[in-house]
Amino acid sequence: MYRSHVLVCGGTGCTSSGSPAIVEKLHEEIKKNGLEEEVNVVRTGCFGLCALGPIMIIYPEGCFYSMVKVDDIPEIVSEHLLKGRIVERLLYTETVTENGVKALNDTNFYKKQHRVALRNCGVINPENIDEYIAVDGYQALGKVLTEMTPEQVIQTILDSGLRGRGGAGFPTGKKWQLARTIVQDGGQKYVCCNADEGDPGAFMDRSVLEGDPHVVIEAMAIAGYAIGATQGYIYVRAEYPIAVKRLQIAIKQAREYGLLGKNIFDSGFDFDLDIRLGAGAFVCGEETALMTSIEGKRGEPRCRPPFPAEKGLFQRPTVLNNVETYANVPQIILKGADWFASMGTEKSKGTKVFALGGKINNTGLVEIPMGTTLREIVFEIGGGIPNGKKFKAAQTGGPSGGCIPTEHLDVQIDYDNLIAIGSMMGSGGLIVMDEDNCMVDIAKFFLQFTVDESCGKCTPCRIGTKRLYELLEKITSGRGTLEDIDKMEKLCYYIKDNSLCGLGQTAPNPVLSTLRYFRDEYIAHVVDKKCPAGVCKDLLQYKIVADKCKGCTACARACPAGAISGTVKEPHSIDPNKCIKCGACMSKCKFGAIIKE
Amino acid sequence: MKTLAELQAIKEKMQSQVDLRNESHAGTRVVVGMATCGIAAGARPVLTAFSNLVQEHKLQDVSVTQTGCIGLCQYEPIVEVTTPDGEKVTYIKMTAEKAKKVVEQHLMRGTVVAEYTIGNSDVS
Repeated sequence: MYRSHVLVCGGTGCTSSGSPAIVEKLHEEIKKNGLEEEVNVVRTGCFGLCALGPIMIIYPEGCFYSMVKVDDIPEIVSEHLLKGRIVERLLYTETVTENGVKALNDTNFYKKQHRVALRNCGVINPENIDEYIAVDGYQALGKVLTEMTPEQVIQTILDSGLRGRGGAGFPTGKKWQLARTIVQDGGQKYVCCNADEGDPGAFMDRSVLEGDPHVVIEAMAIAGYAIGATQGYIYVRAEYPIAVKRLQIAIKQAREYGLLGKNIFDSGFDFDLDIRLGAGAFVCGEETALMTSIEGKRGEPRCRPPFPAEKGLFQRPTVLNNVETYANVPQIILKGADWFASMGTEKSKGTKVFALGGKINNTGLVEIPMGTTLREIVFEIGGGIPNGKKFKAAQTGGPSGGCIPTEHLDVQIDYDNLIAIGSMMGSGGLIVMDEDNCMVDIAKFFLQFTVDESCGKCTPCRIGTKRLYELLEKITSGRGTLEDIDKMEKLCYYIKDNSLCGLGQTAPNPVLSTLRYFRDEYIAHVVDKKCPAGVCKDLLQYKIVADKCKGCTACARACPAGAISGTVKEPHSIDPNKCIKCGACMSKCKFGAIIKE
Repeated sequence: MKTLAELQAIKEKMQSQVDLRNESHAGTRVVVGMATCGIAAGARPVLTAFSNLVQEHKLQDVSVTQTGCIGLCQYEPIVEVTTPDGEKVTYIKMTAEKAKKVVEQHLMRGTVVAEYTIGNSDVS
């Protein structure tokens, strides 16, 4: 038996910042000190605080070490594990108090969080089914198969108020009910999991699969029982190698334990799962395109209705839910619908995971009850904006969503409130922007993404998004007119109304929401030919303020284009015809003499 | 696996392991002095004995941790047991066998093993 557990984050964030080498060194040092029998090293999923990775927690003390390097390991082993002396210099600063170490759950980042979907991420070893079972794993499946009828399962999910976490927010229980009742010919039905997480900046599904893969397997088996399906597919992007590997291990272990396969828990219920890898097309996150791709065809959407609950995969009734939706299901079965419905707002129950990114101090994953305000997320949990800059907007919902400006910081976040202010929940990416971000440029960024990812099947999306992008480019290069703004707005509604699938129907949202809240920036671009945030290169010029310039020549030496001239100790000047607007001079100037306008 | 009982058996076997990763420090704390003096006097087997016994007996609210030198090197290995009511008992010159008795009597039944405590020696 072990007296101490060292949990090292093995999520994608910490893996890329070097956690595998840390684990290797840990094993080596622990062996050297003869502690193999006493100390258990576990590679877990994501802890959430990715900004401070690689992260390590040592129990029973609960010490949270951040930004650990391989060279720190001998000290951690010989001091902490051998002698019991905490290595204070490596502790996450927020946990250090005058009276010793503060529990992680009391820090600003964690104290407002409520982990349901992420409850096992960073706690268990995702490659060991026994650890999942130790934290109530597969109890919900056991309960469902031995004590409940499929109708009772569906009713529980309906009562809980769980809505799809992939973005659209359709009631999950309703979906299951339809798939159970619409077609009753006794033929095959399917359960699918959408793990084709494609929104830029969203990584919660990846983290669940990496940190707690069994929860998805268990929930899919429950869904299978509820609708009467015996086969499931997990559609996951090939770009998530760690998630894929852990899923494969988890499925294998579940089969070995008889938790997948024939006659599970001796109930007569059969269920098995297979993984299908996506090749990286964003449109395959759309449900009909995803199922077409599983069928082995080119991933393109089709018209709805018929909805998947009636004619889905292989033309058979299918339930398709997102990873995070599934991650909530076993808890709802075990703790009851009322427990789940007690969290959140009137129409949005439970919690939601957000991936914080952009101009924010605590980049990472957070899970909060629905109804938390954006202000709490950004300024309390997220730790605010770096470098003392001012908050400008938060983008939610990725390329399908919109920007939330300062005046809506106190809106309680749930599905309906976000729609009302012109954004959407989306999968939960939350990108924070400060005063240095140009909103027209942001809209252009997302349009570029949808232009690239449009599958081309329908014209409004294929050509419409391209034309929209061209108009944005015209505006950011200073050639736009006021009529262009009107034309753009009209085009947006045309694309929304006429596109075949969700990709096209939501693609104009970034433009519409920035037009709604930051129209003045668009007008500044077309009328004054200025970019207020100083981002759009065609609209700005670098200048040297003669009074402040000491003639040190630092800028002239930094300029890659030879655009700066002047004699030593005399004010210099920039030749606008040669300047490539790279900003190298500005960062070199010690006197603040170079400005952009 | 075909029954819930089998699932339960795995859960129980693993639970004490995973319970160690609990954030709450509200329960009883067993702190073993593990400075150079402690280790030299044989604190390591004491620590492992406590850790194993607590897990074997599935004592959920007990955490076993280590600390540095508390300044009474001649009495090492020293073990301090702090109960949730804040009461602290200091055991001295511990061994793995004595640890077993402390776990069974003090941690499980709430009876302090007076003969091993610091108050019972000639230090006071």
